[in-house]
Amino acid sequence: MQKTESLSEATPILSLSGVSKVFPGVRALDQVKLDLYPGQVTALIGENGAGKSTVVKVLTGIYQPEEGEIQLDGVSTTFPTAHHASDAGITAIHQETVLFDDLSVAENIFIGHAPRTRFGLIDTNRMQAKAQTLLDGIGAEIDPSVRLRDLGIANKHMVAIARALSIDARVVIMDEPTAALSHKEIGELYELVEQLKSQGKAILFISHKFDEIFEIADRFTVFRDGQFVSDGKLADTNESELVKMMVGRSVDQIFPKRKNAAGEQVFQVTGYAHPTEFDDINFSLRQGEILGFYGLVGAGRSELMQSLIGITTPSKGVCKIEDEIVIIRSPADAISNGLVYVPEDRGKQGAVIGLPIFQNVTLPSLGQTSHRGFLRMAEEFKLAREYTRRLDLRAAALDQDVGELSGGNQQKVVIAKWLATQPKVIILDEPTKGIDIGSKAAVHEFMSDLAAQGLSVIMVSSEIPEIMGMSDRAIVMREGRIVAELEGKDLTPETLVRHAAGIKET
Amino acid sequence: MIMLKKLISVRETLLLGVVVSLALLIATRFPGFIAPGNLANVFNDTSPLIILALGQMIVIVARCIDLSVAANLALTGMIVAMLNTMMPGLPVVVTLTIAVAIGAFLGAINGIFVWKLEIPPIVVTLGTMTIFRGVIFLISDGKWVNAHEMSESFTSFPRMELLGLPALSWIAVLVAIAIWLLVTRTPMGRSFYAAGGNPHAAVYTGIDVGKTQFFAFVISGALAGLTGYLWVARYAVAYVDIAGGFELEVVAACVIGGISIAGGIGTVAGAILGALFLGVIKNALPVINVSPFWQLAISGAAIVVAVTLNARANKTKGRVILKNAEHAQ
Repeated sequence: MQKTESLSEATPILSLSGVSKVFPGVRALDQVKLDLYPGQVTALIGENGAGKSTVVKVLTGIYQPEEGEIQLDGVSTTFPTAHHASDAGITAIHQETVLFDDLSVAENIFIGHAPRTRFGLIDTNRMQAKAQTLLDGIGAEIDPSVRLRDLGIANKHMVAIARALSIDARVVIMDEPTAALSHKEIGELYELVEQLKSQGKAILFISHKFDEIFEIADRFTVFRDGQFVSDGKLADTNESELVKMMVGRSVDQIFPKRKNAAGEQVFQVTGYAHPTEFDDINFSLRQGEILGFYGLVGAGRSELMQSLIGITTPSKGVCKIEDEIVIIRSPADAISNGLVYVPEDRGKQGAVIGLPIFQNVTLPSLGQTSHRGFLRMAEEFKLAREYTRRLDLRAAALDQDVGELSGGNQQKVVIAKWLATQPKVIILDEPTKGIDIGSKAAVHEFMSDLAAQGLSVIMVSSEIPEIMGMSDRAIVMREGRIVAELEGKDLTPETLVRHAAGIKET
Repeated sequence: MIMLKKLISVRETLLLGVVVSLALLIATRFPGFIAPGNLANVFNDTSPLIILALGQMIVIVARCIDLSVAANLALTGMIVAMLNTMMPGLPVVVTLTIAVAIGAFLGAINGIFVWKLEIPPIVVTLGTMTIFRGVIFLISDGKWVNAHEMSESFTSFPRMELLGLPALSWIAVLVAIAIWLLVTRTPMGRSFYAAGGNPHAAVYTGIDVGKTQFFAFVISGALAGLTGYLWVARYAVAYVDIAGGFELEVVAACVIGGISIAGGIGTVAGAILGALFLGVIKNALPVINVSPFWQLAISGAAIVVAVTLNARANKTKGRVILKNAEHAQ
């Protein structure tokens, strides 16, 4: 370490060392270290699943690490609850602001620690005045008495930041703060970060966008698969090096992908567009092919897929299945045309908890299992048995409530449900998000089987190893457009990240 | 096998046990209570509640609520009663059909607001409940239609006996069978459970959630209309306030019967047993000289116990989901 560095830089405000967080089947964090220095912005860089969100939860007292040490000002400490972390001056501003829409700005800033009168009631006047001071301090022109609902997203962020300052925060965590902001608003956010820096606060900045990181951060820390890779000053590195650190690993051994001879073209999308979500989408899919869709969160991949299956209506574009133009106005149309979508959020959009397994499986195939308007229970069981067996579902009985199954097995029920419709094209949106490694492998294995049997698969994934390991071809989307189509030796982790983040070739 | 298991699931068995032991308990004080004739009376007396609870069950399973059923019943009852005074010769079959059609139409009004305008069902039906009562006042000028104005065939139908049971009871039995077939054996029935249990997932499987809820309201409305005629004919009177507050008793029967207010869970057996539970209490307490005020307290306590049991059942479910969420990064 250089002697010229100021004292304040030598001692971090907050420092993690050897911290691990274990969930059943997953080491979400494995012996990581992270140092946050006063008056500096540290960028935390890593792919999805690298452990960034977990580390934020450890820092804010939501998760308790199994191993390792947290030091605050060089003194070992723990954060058994979120309250302890906030008392220690650690505050997080999340991607989606965690505020109350129907309370006033001042109430939002001071909720939980509002100034009180002698009688213990909330001192509204003093609260308004203090809120005004805080908002003025960060240069936000917001009236503290208005309802939060009436503010734009950027101003909501300002309120979140004012709230962070109101509890006298020393460490400010910003988790993808720019994801929902316009260009101008991002500029305002940068100014604010500069201000926080000048007040000596330590800032942890999480972002996927390299231009932002280089614009705003002083230091970086890279995580990969829950492990610490490297840290240092941004001035000493460049984009290419960071990308290498993020993705550097061999991926081929864990994925069961078989090379298929791609068959006839089965699905073609031409000139698809939506007024606000995506534009100029053209791609095609062959029989037995797995087509990966990569991009950052918010690149418009799920929105495109939902539009293809008729949840939303595109403004223009043509969709062809097996050389026939199909018009899909509802998910029912999509299913009858052999196009099915397995949504990302399976808790919310997948299994119907409360219905038994077999009824979940037959839900989109009720036409097939009913006769003259009445359901045939025997046929429902037959269909459910056939497809759950193919997926190696572990369940006591097919009439067991789906809610009693583990996450991985619920996942299998959802996939069985779609396979039972005998689709030609299956769209899997983040097929392995949030499930344990064992179930992940089973899903991958199965995906390969499907492709080998001639089903065409579109796999939306934000995990580079999954895209690399499973897809025959990958499409990268950024800001609602297709920016690259990669195949063969062009399909590398570096090219994926480069196109997704919009980094120019160096 | 499965259907058998469905019919006598744990919750329904428990409730059946409670209803039976309640009846036996009353029999220790008043043995005549469990005489077949009296039990048939209790069933007949509870029939309107059973019919309405079956409709309400479908609405609640589809994650809605219909507070307008009693007002629908009263309005339909008034219309058919007035129609009868104008056309005394109208055959009962026609009257029944008209009652069901009017009820279904009133239910469809609720359904359209919920489906097309996406207004919360509780707000819609609270509004239509008041509107329906207001309309009765408008068309009747607040006057009663009394027994002597109604034709003999109109008022005698619910009491017509077949195999020892009055027509009113038989209609409740037929409705129960029809609803059971609908919810367990048809794609539409299944879609009520899917739309209520997980509306987001239902959309992806090609189910139109709003349309499904619309049909739930139409069915509930049709049954309310049917009950409207039976009610007015049985008591041989129609006025603005008949069945006032009855919608709450209907919802109570559903809740006691284990139908989850959060949607997606509920059985025909549950709805019937919930209604019978309230019916037994209502009929038994006066005979054993218990103040009718106790009746309210007992029904109230039953609701609290039933909701507590349901909440506990849902809790274990919540934990499973949370465990998955923890895996997520």
